[in-house]
Amino acid sequence: MPAASTPSLADLQARAKSVRKDIITSTTAAGSGHPTSSLSGVEIAVALYFGGVLRHDPKNPTWPQRDRFILSKGHAAPLLYAVLAEDGYFSKDLLPTLRKLGSPLEGHPNMRRLAGVEASTGSLGQGLSLGVGMALAARLDGYDARVYVMTGDGEIDEGQVWEAAMSASKFKLDNLVAIVDQNGFQQTGPTAEVLDLRPLAPRWEAFGWSVQEINGNDMSEALAALQKTKQAKGRPSAIISKTVKGYPIQGLLTSDPNHHGKPLTPDEAKKALELIGA
Amino acid sequence: MKMGKSTREAFGLALAKLGEEHADIVVVDGDVHNSTRTELFGKKFPARFFNVGIAESNLVGVAAGLASSGKRSWLASFAAFVMCNAYDQLRMSVAFPHLDVKVVGTHVGISIGEDGPSQMGIEDVSLACSLPNFTVVVPADEPSMMQAVAALARITTPAYLRAGRPNVPIIYEDGAASFRIGKANQLRDGKDVTLIANGLMVAEAVKAAETLAGQGVQARVLDMHTVKPLDDEAVLKAARDTGRIVVAEEHLLHGGLGSAVAMSVVRHHPVPMRFVGLNDTFAESGAPDALLAKYGLTAADIVREALALAKTK
Repeated sequence: MPAASTPSLADLQARAKSVRKDIITSTTAAGSGHPTSSLSGVEIAVALYFGGVLRHDPKNPTWPQRDRFILSKGHAAPLLYAVLAEDGYFSKDLLPTLRKLGSPLEGHPNMRRLAGVEASTGSLGQGLSLGVGMALAARLDGYDARVYVMTGDGEIDEGQVWEAAMSASKFKLDNLVAIVDQNGFQQTGPTAEVLDLRPLAPRWEAFGWSVQEINGNDMSEALAALQKTKQAKGRPSAIISKTVKGYPIQGLLTSDPNHHGKPLTPDEAKKALELIGA
Repeated sequence: MKMGKSTREAFGLALAKLGEEHADIVVVDGDVHNSTRTELFGKKFPARFFNVGIAESNLVGVAAGLASSGKRSWLASFAAFVMCNAYDQLRMSVAFPHLDVKVVGTHVGISIGEDGPSQMGIEDVSLACSLPNFTVVVPADEPSMMQAVAALARITTPAYLRAGRPNVPIIYEDGAASFRIGKANQLRDGKDVTLIANGLMVAEAVKAAETLAGQGVQARVLDMHTVKPLDDEAVLKAARDTGRIVVAEEHLLHGGLGSAVAMSVVRHHPVPMRFVGLNDTFAESGAPDALLAKYGLTAADIVREALALAKTK
């Protein structure tokens, strides 16, 4: 296992900038995809992979004792790909092949085609159940491996998420963490209008989870919350990560703040990269 | 034919035995372990047995998660519930990443009887066959179910295994008949017609062949326990040697064994065919034998179709 490093906040923010650039560039090159759904989760993903939280080894992606990250909101695949490339799982030269025939960077993650992808997702609601299974397997094997699952806030409309939440509580999976990327939108509009599940924290608490609510676009809050889940005893942990869809380029998307499933045009992408300073 | 155990009971016994042989086998249950007989495993290996409650989607997902961490997952529920309620999870979390998850659907067909149509798995084979990477197996009796479980444990890709509720006659009396995935068992030879069946319709096909022999029609009988991958060679040989085929299954006609055999026949050696199965209908509550008779799933139905075919030259 690689030694856990303690990078500075500035290091992590530089990583986040690089990941954001790759998300925007790859989706604009593809001409399709979900950049805004990817951008909201950057701090959590960067804190997880580069903040010394996730024990993993890009040189040995199938190391059995590794921690696992499942991107249950599979449409944010560009985020996962950008992070894995940043971490050295594969060359950044692959990023421009996103969504193209022959590329392992499919529109939604395919674990059989790309090292580092722990689950094939894209049909919403399925990742947390996979996480429950992985957390049970780690316990059976006597590994202290931890499992982190990122869902969307629209995604948790799916009943399976709550089936999984109940079972994680039953099995006392304190090695399981659910991160709800609460960016406030789903495909056709604000989650508050489509199916308002707020307040989320008491909902997860009622299902037996230990809950933290954070500003998920704040790197130090994201890192602290993820680290704190390692203290869990006898209960699974949920992080309600309140974010902004498209962060931090939401100011460019005023005509459609959701901007769901649409890449930026080359012109918009140029402005976005200037704004980010990437 | 001597009566044996139900195929679900045989499954439960075989799974418990498998647990002794393989420490990496885990079983996930949707709170029906006394019906599916996975309780036999659960009592012996409680640490490797997980009851997720009445939640089929999560049942499948948890089994898939265990499998992707190197466990060998088996899950069981009523066929109607796991195949119909959790189909997207089977598709996306199991079939697409071709994880080592064995899915067992019990209470199949209409022979469950009194509990009625909501509990009857009549489309499960069709659904399972529509999952890429899945092997689909429908054993006829207790000994072949025991062997089917052992055979499926030797492959590391997903599979669907069909198990019935009632006790069924023993076809393989020596208990040691060869069971090879994807290889039909010929139970009787004949030159006039071939009867292809699986599940509890195998016993009916054997009875039908005896009746047909009394009427001068010599029937070959094939136990086609594996629907996918289908034994094309045995089907082709049957078509060539006998020129007529009747397929019998305890399942809807659409998408089951009959459809699979018909596709094979049409591709390789077209001959006249007839089909015995549920004809685009749900059944109802009733005693199993009465239901099988009412919905046309008996030896007499197979005989009728075979004789109709035999008249065609």
